[in-house]
Amino acid sequence: MTEKSSKRYRVLVGKPGLDGHDRGAKFIARALRDDGFEVVYTGIRRTPEEIAAAAVQEDVAAIGLSSLSGGHVRLFPAVVEALKKFHAEDIPVIGGGVIPDEDLPALKEAGIIEIFTPGTPLKKILAAFRQACESYHHKASR
Amino acid sequence: MIGEVEHLINGLRKHDPRAIGRAISIVEDGGESAEILLSSLDESLIYQTLVLGITGPPGAGKSTLTSRIISHLRKQDIRLGVIAIDPSSPISGGAILGDRIRMMRHALDQDVVVRSMAARGRLGGLCSAAGGVVRVMANGGCSTIIIETVGVGQSEMDIVRLADITAMVLAPGLGDDIQAMKAGLLEVADLLVVNKADRPGAEMLAMDMEAMIRNRKSARETPVCRTVATEGTGVSDLVTTIGSIDQQHRASGEHHHRRKKSFQLEVIDRALEIIRPELLSTLKDLDGKHELDPGRTARRLVEMLFLK
Repeated sequence: MTEKSSKRYRVLVGKPGLDGHDRGAKFIARALRDDGFEVVYTGIRRTPEEIAAAAVQEDVAAIGLSSLSGGHVRLFPAVVEALKKFHAEDIPVIGGGVIPDEDLPALKEAGIIEIFTPGTPLKKILAAFRQACESYHHKASR
Repeated sequence: MIGEVEHLINGLRKHDPRAIGRAISIVEDGGESAEILLSSLDESLIYQTLVLGITGPPGAGKSTLTSRIISHLRKQDIRLGVIAIDPSSPISGGAILGDRIRMMRHALDQDVVVRSMAARGRLGGLCSAAGGVVRVMANGGCSTIIIETVGVGQSEMDIVRLADITAMVLAPGLGDDIQAMKAGLLEVADLLVVNKADRPGAEMLAMDMEAMIRNRKSARETPVCRTVATEGTGVSDLVTTIGSIDQQHRASGEHHHRRKKSFQLEVIDRALEIIRPELLSTLKDLDGKHELDPGRTARRLVEMLFLK
């Protein structure tokens, strides 16, 4: 196996809210798996609290959220808030989906570390997950 | 490192979800921290727990059934843990862990500790890792721990040996009775569950299983339960059956016997992991000097390692 497999990163891919379009989330989950990540997939129609609670139990190093139906402005920050409630705000959150440029500043402000919109090269997304995981584990092992 | 372990052990006592999650990761990744953590745990808590193995072919409804069993046990105010094992990709080493989807109704219940685990293609190893997770969950206050795994490979069957009681979940339409006769799957089960019992062919499958159990020489009784996990039908009877098998096992000494056997298995598993790197490096030293067959090379290797 390659050197990158020396540390298995666990991540969570989830979809908050009522949006049932899971094509993007599943695509990212598979891409992460094929890049050596262990991906906890929580399925569609979850509340932000459910996603945060699962992330804590699974002790993931990063969370990826997908939204294709416009709920991201409310729902992505709600996941960050829910993580705070569980004292787990150190778990980095990455967002993706159909997200207009004008929403990006507000999401970054709310603590979403990266946001990827359609057309982003897959490599860039995988690298962002890897980097998020590395920095999480670096902080955890201090 | 010891400070961190102490902090985590304190967290386990307080049932702190974050501490339980962290502790499980440490145990799963192995190494020195894992050893320190595991040796600091309370063994009596581990002995008291009921470890229930749920296995069966993919698509039989194991996760959905597990979720129903959780609901049932929660009504009795039992705090429980679930270890859901999914296969790792043999190529990338990654995994998609999706068993949780069927259990999300318990996501906000702090007394249901669910942990997904990738098999990680460890030769053996899976058993010691899962055994470690059982220990952490028991110390995190879980009095029942369910291990859910696909019952196909050898390492998955080893997992079953960690369990006090094993339920084999079958469903109609996943192959005929010959499939069930293969691979000794039925021999390890303490009870059989025919799930999707409302589907055509379910009653036939259940009767085939009952006939097979009657025809074998073992004196052990293996109940066959019928369930429709998506609707919760038959789950109450199933939980009652599991409870009575557990009582029986504890009274007859079978429980103790199995724990002893699973302890041995875990020790051997861990021992093999300890010597594996040395075996590899010694084998490299041997390379080229011996043109023996694999069997003789293996014997020579072991001799070299232990006579060193």
